[in-house]
Amino acid sequence: MKDGMDTDAEGYLTADGRKIGGVLMEMRNITLRFGGVVAIKDISFDIREGEIRAIIGPNGAGKSSMLNVINGFYHPQEGEVWFRGQKRGSVRPYDVARMGIARTFQNIALFKGMSTLDNIMTGRLTMTKTGLLSQALWWGKAEAEETYHREKAEKIIDFLEIQHIRKTPVGRLPYGLQKRVELGRALAAEPKLLLMGVVMDLSDRVVVMDYGRKIGDGTPDEVRANPEVINAYLGVAHD
Amino acid sequence: MPEQVFFALEAAANGLMTGVLYALVALGFVLIFKASGIFNFAQGVFALFAAMTLVGFQNGQIPFAHLINAIFGTSLHHFGWNMPTVLAILCTMAVMVLLAFLVERWVLKHLVNQEPIILFMATIGLAYFLEGFGDVMWGADIKKLDVGLPQGMSSAIDEATYSLFGYGFFIDRLDVVAAVVAAMLVVALMLFSQFTKYGRALRAVADDHQAALSVGISLRFIWVMVWAIAGFVALVAGMMWGTKMGVQFSLSLIALKALPVLMLGGFTSIPGAIVGGLIIGMGEQLFEFSVGPLVGGATQNWFAYMLALVFLVFRPQGLFGEKIIERV
Repeated sequence: MKDGMDTDAEGYLTADGRKIGGVLMEMRNITLRFGGVVAIKDISFDIREGEIRAIIGPNGAGKSSMLNVINGFYHPQEGEVWFRGQKRGSVRPYDVARMGIARTFQNIALFKGMSTLDNIMTGRLTMTKTGLLSQALWWGKAEAEETYHREKAEKIIDFLEIQHIRKTPVGRLPYGLQKRVELGRALAAEPKLLLMGVVMDLSDRVVVMDYGRKIGDGTPDEVRANPEVINAYLGVAHD
Repeated sequence: MPEQVFFALEAAANGLMTGVLYALVALGFVLIFKASGIFNFAQGVFALFAAMTLVGFQNGQIPFAHLINAIFGTSLHHFGWNMPTVLAILCTMAVMVLLAFLVERWVLKHLVNQEPIILFMATIGLAYFLEGFGDVMWGADIKKLDVGLPQGMSSAIDEATYSLFGYGFFIDRLDVVAAVVAAMLVVALMLFSQFTKYGRALRAVADDHQAALSVGISLRFIWVMVWAIAGFVALVAGMMWGTKMGVQFSLSLIALKALPVLMLGGFTSIPGAIVGGLIIGMGEQLFEFSVGPLVGGATQNWFAYMLALVFLVFRPQGLFGEKIIERV
């Protein structure tokens, strides 16, 4: 199978003129199995700096599994994950978050009992430097650091226009607002790569999956014209 | 006012003080249950072990002396010095942190994602192991714990109430100290969980494990931390109860009194543990005072459990616990 777009090492310009940089993350020949079930079969693709990259496919195609591999929740049996020019070894999910990969989930994974502000502050956790003892005794830089992160969190709250629900436990918010809080928490981590469990119509390049395989990769237009993709969504025509 | 009213008031005041001590034990349960969903049956033994270790350090006892003597035919018992109380408390705290680390490493780590009942059984095993281990380490004899806490009747309260009501209340000074220490501990824990990075991480883990992982929180680190905090709470409880009734096996049974406290307060609520402790402490004193004489006394032994039963029937989530909604 041929990849649709020619992308060189330096990157490329999008249709609306944004500059896309070099490779940020590269998945090489990823295969993931659960017992006898193959969830992902020998898939390779890359994600570049500044790029909006989509993974689409029918239900059960393996999109969420792929996100879980990137995220460190699942460990593929075969293949390599490269991030920022380095091969990623065996990692746990919290290591991945600390590398600068944030995520929002298809069915929202917020801390429901905590307020909007607290939820967004958890996004700053990986960036807090002071140790346990200093934090426990509120000693040394602990207070200054808390203030700094608080300001950052407030900026995100302003940006997402959710000031009015700052102190509300997120479990009480409607779905749309919860989605925004979850995005806020992901943004608070200042991630290099943001994984979102929702469909967006803004993508620069699209990977199409079906039954764990990659069946297309390219710009939205190229993907739309790809007969295999059409078959996957609409079924194969018999005549 | 009739004398009976003063008796009742005095009983209530004493009950509140005992209730604080119940709350202290219940607090240890709530912390671990919130963070990891584990009901730690060993919490009472933690308090006993902490108190034994504290006495051992204070008196300069040689750990495992009996074992060493039995194997090598020596007769070692003491290092020959006494450790200052503050230093002994710090050393005991270090032991409790180490214990938390080892529990995570040797027990919990291997049982991740198991059924709650399996984890519960593991903590029962841990309780019996630690009880025996404590005996081997420090000896099974009843020990006297003295960390310089005041004991005996508070003459200040006695005089103050006497000049006010013409009837002096008998309140143990140790109970007053325990109440103050417990209150401070609770405030400190609240501040820690509300306003620090690790407190926030702790609440995040208590709320949703998957989401916590995705923002970069290490569950294992938080578990070690919360078991260490529970160890610290156990140390404080062990110090208070140990001073009150000596360091001995029955100290670990105070955990059983924490159960009805939790039923009342809810397993996931820190304020609930406090209020539950106070209600049980005061309730059992007043019940003994009012109903006790009619049924032959000793109602303290069962009042708390009866109250817990009533709560289980009418409000299973407790006063402050999260409402249990099962989706079908």
